[in-house]
Amino acid sequence: MSEICLKNIRKTYENGTTVIENLNLKIESGSFTVLVGPSGCGKSTTLRMIAGLEDTTDGEIYIDGKLMNHVEPGDRDIAMVFQNYALYPTMTVKGNIEFGLINAKVPKAERERLIEEIAGIVDLTEHLHKKPSQLSGGQRQRVALARAMVKKPKVFLMDEPLSNLDAKLRNQMRSELIELHHKLGVTFVYVTHDQVEALSMATDIVLMEKGVIRQHSTPHEIYASPQNIFTAQFIGTPEMNILTRDKVNKCLELQPEVGYIGFRPSKVKIYEEGDETKEKFVFKGSVLTREMLGSEVIYRIQTKMGVIAIKVFNDVELEIEDEVKLSLAYKHMYGFDYNKDRIQGSIL
Amino acid sequence: MKRIKQLPRFMVTVILFLIFFFPFYWMFITSVKTLGETVIFPPSMWPEVFQWQNFQQAFNSIPFMHYLKNSIIITISVLVLQMLTIVPAAYAFARYEFKGDKLIFGIIMITMMIPGQLVFLPLFVMFSNMGLINKLPSLILPFASSAFGIFMLRQTFKQVPKELIEAAKLDKAGEFKIITKIMLPLARPTLTTLALLTFISTWNDYFWPLTLTTNDSVRTLPVGIASLRQIESGVNYHILMAGNVMLVIPILIAFLFAQKQIIKAFTYLGDK
Repeated sequence: MSEICLKNIRKTYENGTTVIENLNLKIESGSFTVLVGPSGCGKSTTLRMIAGLEDTTDGEIYIDGKLMNHVEPGDRDIAMVFQNYALYPTMTVKGNIEFGLINAKVPKAERERLIEEIAGIVDLTEHLHKKPSQLSGGQRQRVALARAMVKKPKVFLMDEPLSNLDAKLRNQMRSELIELHHKLGVTFVYVTHDQVEALSMATDIVLMEKGVIRQHSTPHEIYASPQNIFTAQFIGTPEMNILTRDKVNKCLELQPEVGYIGFRPSKVKIYEEGDETKEKFVFKGSVLTREMLGSEVIYRIQTKMGVIAIKVFNDVELEIEDEVKLSLAYKHMYGFDYNKDRIQGSIL
Repeated sequence: MKRIKQLPRFMVTVILFLIFFFPFYWMFITSVKTLGETVIFPPSMWPEVFQWQNFQQAFNSIPFMHYLKNSIIITISVLVLQMLTIVPAAYAFARYEFKGDKLIFGIIMITMMIPGQLVFLPLFVMFSNMGLINKLPSLILPFASSAFGIFMLRQTFKQVPKELIEAAKLDKAGEFKIITKIMLPLARPTLTTLALLTFISTWNDYFWPLTLTTNDSVRTLPVGIASLRQIESGVNYHILMAGNVMLVIPILIAFLFAQKQIIKAFTYLGDK
């Protein structure tokens, strides 16, 4: 078991800027928790505090129920994968993997066995005697993973480990990481600014903004049921359409507490005969831009309520300046109050 | 056409080569001439017969092995002491923030601007009071550290990405291991260059061994070679040059081995 618990964490840098104020977070044992958010939201700082590479100004960090505040990074039973891999350039692949084991005083025979086993898992056996500079980006990433895995830690920390790879390799490594998590069954804490990475890999997502957790849920829940406008717009591409009350008032009658409404671009449909029912809201607009994504197309459409984005399958061809009639089921509308927090009840 | 374009570059290279090579050539060619050949005018560019016995004469005219032994002891001691003092200092300046770090570093940098001739008198008095004149420590201790070395190595250490050190910390490595296993291997080109520069300046140093010694007991090879001038009557240029050739051979050999590392030290640290 390796639950991580952050209690009342505050982080203030020497120059006086506070990046995290009273953060409370419980990371379940064995989960794949992704800390996601825009740059400067404090996600990397949080990870580095768990690793012990950064001190906390206030608050307590527990791993596996033990207070970790004054425990050295090397004694926390964690391993970390860095964005730029941080491989030791003067050592071979084997040397890189072995370094931590030597320091932990693992006997030589045991080291050899562990290295062979890990190199097999990450497919590096034939590269063990090469220097990192002789490897491709993907291979270097695998060395970084091997170096972390060989220590058999209770917790894996990863700081944007895929952002230096090209798109194709990133997809491949994503599946490999999911597989690895299943295989090892230990806790993964992963930092990224990419919501697609978060949605595709996580069992838990922690969405942060300006040092505050905006939502902590499963990927499905965070997408389907955002608790505030920030979450609604950060998760999902293209982002959720958010319209202010004064713009929508002309077309819809809203409850008095509703300040904003939102709906996903993919939930808006091109009008078909029979759509004019009680469950659907029908409105008109004209096409401003068209973005072809392959099987789907994103249109930006000027409506009376403002500009909205819609995402439809590539079977309808609309041209720029075309007039178009659209429909949206009321059940797909989200209401937010004036503080930009979600309203759970009916909004109409 | 391409060849013509490269001609000026070629010419400049040849001229530079001649400028740097000629003194060595002249030293060597003089060392194998007869005394008569060294003073004729116009000077001859090639000896009639190579006088190899000049080397033997230079070797026998002074206690060569005694001077050589002193030179080796002093040079190696200075090299070892410099490495022992420079590495921790550079690491601390590069990686730690502590009270007064910038001030201390500034003071160390200022010492580079003080010429050795200015401090030799107080140092002489100090060593004299300590009874160290004509003893090896007086030729070693003043060079036990080097501000230039601290500066160069600090710059190199600063270029090492901090994630490397963090990764090592997570790998249970302490400061000593981080320095010896991560930082020093990365700084090898800089260390080699520093070692070579120290080697050359200590090995060739004439002023210090001459002024801080009053007899032959701890004098070094450059002082010994210079004394070849005063043998018999007049200046025996050919013997003097034969001594000089023997003096610079270790430096040339060291340079040949260190060449690649020196070039690396002045280019980017490489693979991040």
